[in-house]
Amino acid sequence: MLRPLLHAGLVLALATAAYGQSEAPGTGSANENVETSASVTEPLQSTIPKVTADHAKFKKLQGPFASASDVTKACLTCHNEAGKQVTQSIHWTWETHNPTTGQTLGKKTVLNSFCGNLATNETRCTSCHAGYGWTETKSFDFKDETKVDCLACHDTMGEYIKWPTDAGHPLYTPKNQSTRMEPYAEALVVKEPDGTFTHLPPDLAKIAANVGRPRRDNCGNCHFFGGGGDNVKHGDLSTALLNPSPHVDVHMSPQGANMVCVDCHVGDGHEWPGSRYQGTLFNTSPKRAGMRNTNVLACNSCHTSEPHAKLSLRGAKLNDHTDRVACQTCHIPEFAKGGVATKTWWDWSTAGKLKEGKPYAEEDEKGRHTYLSIKGNFEWDEDVIPDYAFWNGRVDYTLLGDKIDPTGIVGINQIGGGADIPGSVIFPFKRMRGKQAYDAINNYLIQSNVYGPEGDTALWSNYNWDKALAAGMAASDVPYSGKYGFVETEMWWPTTHMVAPANEALKCGSCHAKDGRLAKVAGVYIPGRDGFAMTDRVGLILLSLALVGIAVHTGLRILTRRNNKGE
Amino acid sequence: MSEMQYVTIFARFERFWHWMQALLVLALLFTGARMHGIIETPAWTLSFMLHLIAAGLIILLWIFAIFWHFTTGAWKHYIPTFHNLIPVIRYYAYGIFKGEPHPAKPTLHRKHNPLQALSYLVLKLVINPAIWVTGILYLTVNLTGLNLRSVAWAHVMAAYAMALFVVVHVYMATTGSTPVAYIKAMVTGKEWVVVDEPTK
Repeated sequence: MLRPLLHAGLVLALATAAYGQSEAPGTGSANENVETSASVTEPLQSTIPKVTADHAKFKKLQGPFASASDVTKACLTCHNEAGKQVTQSIHWTWETHNPTTGQTLGKKTVLNSFCGNLATNETRCTSCHAGYGWTETKSFDFKDETKVDCLACHDTMGEYIKWPTDAGHPLYTPKNQSTRMEPYAEALVVKEPDGTFTHLPPDLAKIAANVGRPRRDNCGNCHFFGGGGDNVKHGDLSTALLNPSPHVDVHMSPQGANMVCVDCHVGDGHEWPGSRYQGTLFNTSPKRAGMRNTNVLACNSCHTSEPHAKLSLRGAKLNDHTDRVACQTCHIPEFAKGGVATKTWWDWSTAGKLKEGKPYAEEDEKGRHTYLSIKGNFEWDEDVIPDYAFWNGRVDYTLLGDKIDPTGIVGINQIGGGADIPGSVIFPFKRMRGKQAYDAINNYLIQSNVYGPEGDTALWSNYNWDKALAAGMAASDVPYSGKYGFVETEMWWPTTHMVAPANEALKCGSCHAKDGRLAKVAGVYIPGRDGFAMTDRVGLILLSLALVGIAVHTGLRILTRRNNKGE
Repeated sequence: MSEMQYVTIFARFERFWHWMQALLVLALLFTGARMHGIIETPAWTLSFMLHLIAAGLIILLWIFAIFWHFTTGAWKHYIPTFHNLIPVIRYYAYGIFKGEPHPAKPTLHRKHNPLQALSYLVLKLVINPAIWVTGILYLTVNLTGLNLRSVAWAHVMAAYAMALFVVVHVYMATTGSTPVAYIKAMVTGKEWVVVDEPTK
């Protein structure tokens, strides 16, 4: 009884998690914990924490609500700071300033190698905006707190889903279509006799009465589906994390620590640490496991920088690696685990082909799209071995209008750091590759209008690149020559989720080998990978000469012995 | 003519030291070659662990051996001498093929021939210390902040020197009156030696 209480003191950040069933590991002897010192704290029981208010009893939340924004208005009557907090956060602004590079980033601005760009596609993209009604960037009121979406993050019923094409709104009336929307709550989908699917609107009053701390599906409904489908974008964030085995994610598995996203991404005033625009690789503050500074998110925020058993030679030597090798490198041997593949190649240049005037799709044997008229060609991969590179957390983006060299592979982002740059560690990445449109005269990447059921410019409705690119660029201040081509691009996505159990971590020989995982990482001496060309040659030649000399000497001894005896 | 007697010239500890050292050095060479990428088995992690265990044991053994050499005075066997050195070299290069007798007979005060004593001295004063010093620097490279590549290079150099010593040493062990005579002596400790030669 005492141990869980002691640990609870150490885990202020996770104070809301309840400790319970002692079936789980970690309740064993203290020695066990030393042995597996990577385990930080007692396993967490991610039950919904007790709160001090029963939202069902608030009259204002009993509805009925004509729109989700009306729910927000009700929330704000009590949570009168929340609107201000959210409207300052990146979940709302889609804009962030990177002080290291001086770049202004965020979904509002950046280009990526998936759906490309926000401009002119707002209504579709903002289905994952923490707000309602961002159909057009220049007219959306970024100060209107009543447009904040509280329920996307705080629905605990698993029934509130933002409809993909309604600028952040959920459905308010039933919607029938030929395909089932994903994600959408099972209970709200009716399969019709004609094979179509009717999607029922969520019951806003019921959801408002049951709000709580964000669960993994709240985050996952957007973050798992980035790039237009399950695990398409990140590779390490997919629906496999809703109920993962320890192999898939030892932190989030119910048989592991059973943590949810916000156990690590600990919010403060509706802002969360953890960014791929600017990576935090180290948290220098914690000296003891669990004593974390919640503003900084890194493995060592909880695990310390000496997570392996200090008193064993092996542990001590593993700890020696932490200044040059990120925890993720050894502890995430593969991403896109749990049966959900990630997109690794997206070639936009082939989009727009039609069969008998109609768009079509091609699938691989696993039912994954390999071609869509609206999007081009794809490749997928599962259980992917990451690419490795030194990284110091810096990321530079190739923004709209930034000059590119179309003869090579264009980095949509470039990661900073290197073997000789302090603070750099070898880090695993998903390297997303593909082909994208660029201005063939001005040599920069350009944006396209892909979404828009009305009008004749959107690629997904009209299959015409000229119009889609002209419309996309018309929404920017950057000139467009009207001549476009497609250039090969790559984009680096740091891999940090889907941590495997300790016994699945890479072994020494995975990297200390000539053709090992780090074969391409330059600028560092890795024993077992790197020899000494001259020394090894001379050494082996000398050894060979010694053996030849011995052979000759032996031969002569045998021959002369016969002769001597013969005399 | 001096009298030859079959007596114990390698004390029990000396023999233990020798064979233990042989085992550990071979283990270190093999695991080291594995970690350096020259051979491919056993697993890297296992090689690393075995290498460190063997290194720890051999350092312990060396500390005992150094103590033993000083307390027993056995260190004097390794004082370099040029007396008889040239004839011994000539013997291995030529005389051995003619069936000539070995020019240096072991005595109680000089159980090694001068070439042998010199090579063991180099082993003890140059190769062994180079191995341990570079090995300890390699293990602690994160604490000292030394350049990993340089330390690794120095250790690998020392290892090649050790490997060369072992190869030649093992071969030389077969050059006794029969191919196993010296090896047998190192097992039993007994050897035919000149007992009445006056002390130099």
